[in-house]
Amino acid sequence: MRMLAFANKNTKEILRDPLTLFFGLGFPLVLILLLSAIQANIPVELFEIQHLTPGITVFGLAFMTLFSATIIAKDRGSSLLQRLYTTPLTPMDYILGYTLPIIPISVAQCVICYIAAIFLGLDITVNILYAVLFIIPVSILYIALGLLCGSVLNDKQVGGICGALLTNLSAWLSGVWFDLDLVGGAFKKIAYALPFVHAVEMERAVLAGDFTGIFPHLWWVIGYATVLLVLAVLLFLRQMKKQ
Amino acid sequence: MYAIRTANLTKKYKDIIAVDQLNLQVKKGELFSLLGVNGAGKTTTIKMLSCLTQPTSGDAFLNGKSICKDIAAVKSLIAVSPQETAVVPGLSVRENLELMCGVHGFTKEKQKAKIAELTELLGLEAVIKKKAGKLSGGWQRRLSIAMALISEPKILFLDEPTLGLDVLARSDLWDLIRSLKGKVTIILTTHYMEEAEALSDRIAIMKDGKLLICDTADKIKARAGTDDFEQAFIHIVKGVAK
Repeated sequence: MRMLAFANKNTKEILRDPLTLFFGLGFPLVLILLLSAIQANIPVELFEIQHLTPGITVFGLAFMTLFSATIIAKDRGSSLLQRLYTTPLTPMDYILGYTLPIIPISVAQCVICYIAAIFLGLDITVNILYAVLFIIPVSILYIALGLLCGSVLNDKQVGGICGALLTNLSAWLSGVWFDLDLVGGAFKKIAYALPFVHAVEMERAVLAGDFTGIFPHLWWVIGYATVLLVLAVLLFLRQMKKQ
Repeated sequence: MYAIRTANLTKKYKDIIAVDQLNLQVKKGELFSLLGVNGAGKTTTIKMLSCLTQPTSGDAFLNGKSICKDIAAVKSLIAVSPQETAVVPGLSVRENLELMCGVHGFTKEKQKAKIAELTELLGLEAVIKKKAGKLSGGWQRRLSIAMALISEPKILFLDEPTLGLDVLARSDLWDLIRSLKGKVTIILTTHYMEEAEALSDRIAIMKDGKLLICDTADKIKARAGTDDFEQAFIHIVKGVAK
């Protein structure tokens, strides 16, 4: 219950920030509408709604990395954590308290994208529900990345690294905006060694009802999410001890 | 039993000794001030006593509980109001207080009663619905102290509570701190000599991690041979006092 009080504080802080509502919920919607408009004039297979929507739902999660990193970095910078470290909250309370509030926001973002996609012609199938369900491990992956960054960077650095660099890198290396085969070589190898493209291909497979196609991508997502979460916990504990 | 007893408490950072073999005792209900110039070791001492950092050697006992071995027990006794105002700016005053009730595991009934009690004690009624980030420095400090008092601590650490406040806000906060005297043991760090003299039962002066003197303000002045506490502090820190 102590953890829920802390999570509640984080939920309020995130939802009261208007930038959260714009980037977290509005921006992916704008992208779907814009790219669908382009697709209507110049057809590109990559931007067909059944390909585009899973990619956008994954790309939108890059903002969850930004939210989780920002909230930790701000708490660290304001001495709030120093106060809370003298309370009975445990390290696990902090990690869950930062992670749990962002999962429903991620799911809401995904649902909004699919509702928009349905209006743009996406067939209504039960696979949409599965796609929303499978976004949860992907969101944990992105949130863990944010926890890790927020534990070592200050809020200004978080803005630059998570807000600009990571958002772009996760986009380029995800196969959402262009087919990775077009670049090929080392770029493609690096992309497939990272989790972003696997998350997108997993979501595309789920939406298409190709459940054997989920693998091995799901393992990549879960593997990276686990490693990043463990690293985030270790780095958070390190900065806690540094106090 | 003392509220606080340190035994050769030492903290080293690589080749710097931040606190060097500190031995002091604080009685229950006492308002005890730690004074010293920057780098004297005051904040490091408070961080060790509040379990934020582990000592390199030595130990300290808060109500008999070791800061090295009984961390959970010590945490249940203490509360800290850090040097920077540690409030959540995006939450209202009430929500900040609710947060602290929540992390201490209070029931809804206890939470309601505690918030009502502290709102009255600290005069927060007028700002209870306002966002903490919109409050003046003085109100934020008040809220910060209220948040520290939520857990009904036996020992309260106030790290430079009036830093950066105007004269009136400081005077208000002094009244508040005076009203807490006797109810809770208070450890205060400050750079303001008049603050330490006006509020404290006893004062410890530190320099380079070492304890130079620990006594009442009057006895410290007598020892330094002056009627002015600031002069006494300067004499002692510069090593002039006998």
